[in-house]
Amino acid sequence: MARKDKVLVANGQGFWGDSLLGPIRLCREGPIDYLTLDYLAEVTMSILQKQYLRDPSKGFATDFVKMIDRTAPELVKKGIKVVANAGGVNPMACKDATIAALHRQGFKGVKIAVVEGDNIYGQLDGLLAGGEELKNMDTGAALSSVRSKVTSANVYLGAFPTAEALDRGAQIVITGRGTDPGLVLGPLIHEFGWKPSDYDLIAAGTIAGHIVECGAQCTGGNYVDWRAVKNMAMVGYPIVEASADGSFVITKHAGTGGMVTPRSILHQLVYEMGDPKNYIGPDGTADFTSIKMEQEGPDRVRITGAKGGPPTPTYKVSISYEDGWKALGQLTISGPDALEKARLCAEIVWKRLEYDGCTFKEHEKLVEFVGANVCHAGIDVPHASEPSEVVLRLGVKGADKARIERFGYELVPLVTSGPPGVTGFAGGRPHATEIIGFWPALMRKDKVTTKVTLFES
Amino acid sequence: MPIVSLSRIADARSGDKGEGSNVGVMARSDAAFAFLKRALTTEVVKAHMHAINFGAVKRYESESLRVLNFILADSLGGGGSASLKTDAQGKTHGLALLRLKLDVPADVLASTPE
Repeated sequence: MARKDKVLVANGQGFWGDSLLGPIRLCREGPIDYLTLDYLAEVTMSILQKQYLRDPSKGFATDFVKMIDRTAPELVKKGIKVVANAGGVNPMACKDATIAALHRQGFKGVKIAVVEGDNIYGQLDGLLAGGEELKNMDTGAALSSVRSKVTSANVYLGAFPTAEALDRGAQIVITGRGTDPGLVLGPLIHEFGWKPSDYDLIAAGTIAGHIVECGAQCTGGNYVDWRAVKNMAMVGYPIVEASADGSFVITKHAGTGGMVTPRSILHQLVYEMGDPKNYIGPDGTADFTSIKMEQEGPDRVRITGAKGGPPTPTYKVSISYEDGWKALGQLTISGPDALEKARLCAEIVWKRLEYDGCTFKEHEKLVEFVGANVCHAGIDVPHASEPSEVVLRLGVKGADKARIERFGYELVPLVTSGPPGVTGFAGGRPHATEIIGFWPALMRKDKVTTKVTLFES
Repeated sequence: MPIVSLSRIADARSGDKGEGSNVGVMARSDAAFAFLKRALTTEVVKAHMHAINFGAVKRYESESLRVLNFILADSLGGGGSASLKTDAQGKTHGLALLRLKLDVPADVLASTPE
């Protein structure tokens, strides 16, 4: 196959809940070869696993299907390829829903690939018996301490199965849990024929993927100098213009809002970063400090020099488990004396609960006075002590669901049996919701088998 | 030496890392980076964020990026869905650190864009 000189890989959604306009506008406003979409966070996997256990046709990112419904004509007409980790814990059902959406839009013959192998929930006991300890990476604790409460377990797969799916002719690739940068790296491996031992190229693709994985966060979103960001409403979503030698340009479509500068990109490079010299992914390690950034034109930044190293022998595993219950509620307290009255309201709630035999330890309780410097607690900020109104936010957590539910009954009564000026109870009585614990672990790569299956709409 | 906010000479962005958060501090000039390497120690960050972070503070440096990256080990009230806090992902910790007041030499200010 003749290889292209340059490949355009865009990111249209940085998380499940991101604006539907990202992918819609990327398809409309200029050329792209690939549209990548990132839907999975740690907590998401557990929620999807629960949906799947209740209903075997669920357990995937339904936003993806809505996106296909909206963009199918352009995707098909322009031959845009789509790579998304929308499969969650049920990529086959996601594929079925995607095919149904394509049919609704009148498109047949679209090739869809499903990448599987990340979901090890059903193999956990066998893995534990076979010597994989799946210890908590942060605490060192053995998984056996929470085994009975585990609700999902997924490996962060690398990008080579995605590349294989594209090699086999897929236009849409649906994966389960993979790394976010892998959504970009997979297409580049496919287009340029990069090998697993091309460590610097793998690092370049990983860094490109990291820069665009949160959508508009590299084009002016969440940017410190926010007044300098033009037309934030129509902010452009990022595009990697990649070359086979591992150099790439970060850009966005002409006429869109925001900006692409070394400064806007650096903002995203440091996002959720650990050791900048050793970013560990399933396909290799990347040295973020090795890159050079150069503004080669308006909203065009060329990035060169990426260096990387070999992958580790282990995959990261994302395990979630049931970790108790929580409830959160809020009321708005107007002035005068908003903060003083809000403090009294909090005291009243705890006293009434105590009267009824319902007490909470300090670490199980939360009291926030939003408007009186919650986010920057302990730091001297102007006007924090005399806000004209505050939002009183109260929360509890613990193992006993009944106690958490009992808390919810004592918030709204403050409207009539507390100080004056208490309002904003539209959310009603808070209810207990499950806390999903996150258990990061490592496991040997040779215990994981990936599978790529091709379908046609 | 004039007292200014860290935001005068550096940018920052933060996000969650397990039960903690990271704050990437990006100096806007070589002079600012050289100054911050000396002045923005883990002790200074720990003291400034004392009511936000209850764990250790670790610092990574990158000369080529002019970045100091701080890991705040316990800053999310449990992290993930276990957190009750408004800012359960540490999204605002970068701006919190940029409020830090520093005694910055005049020549560093002169060579650092606002």
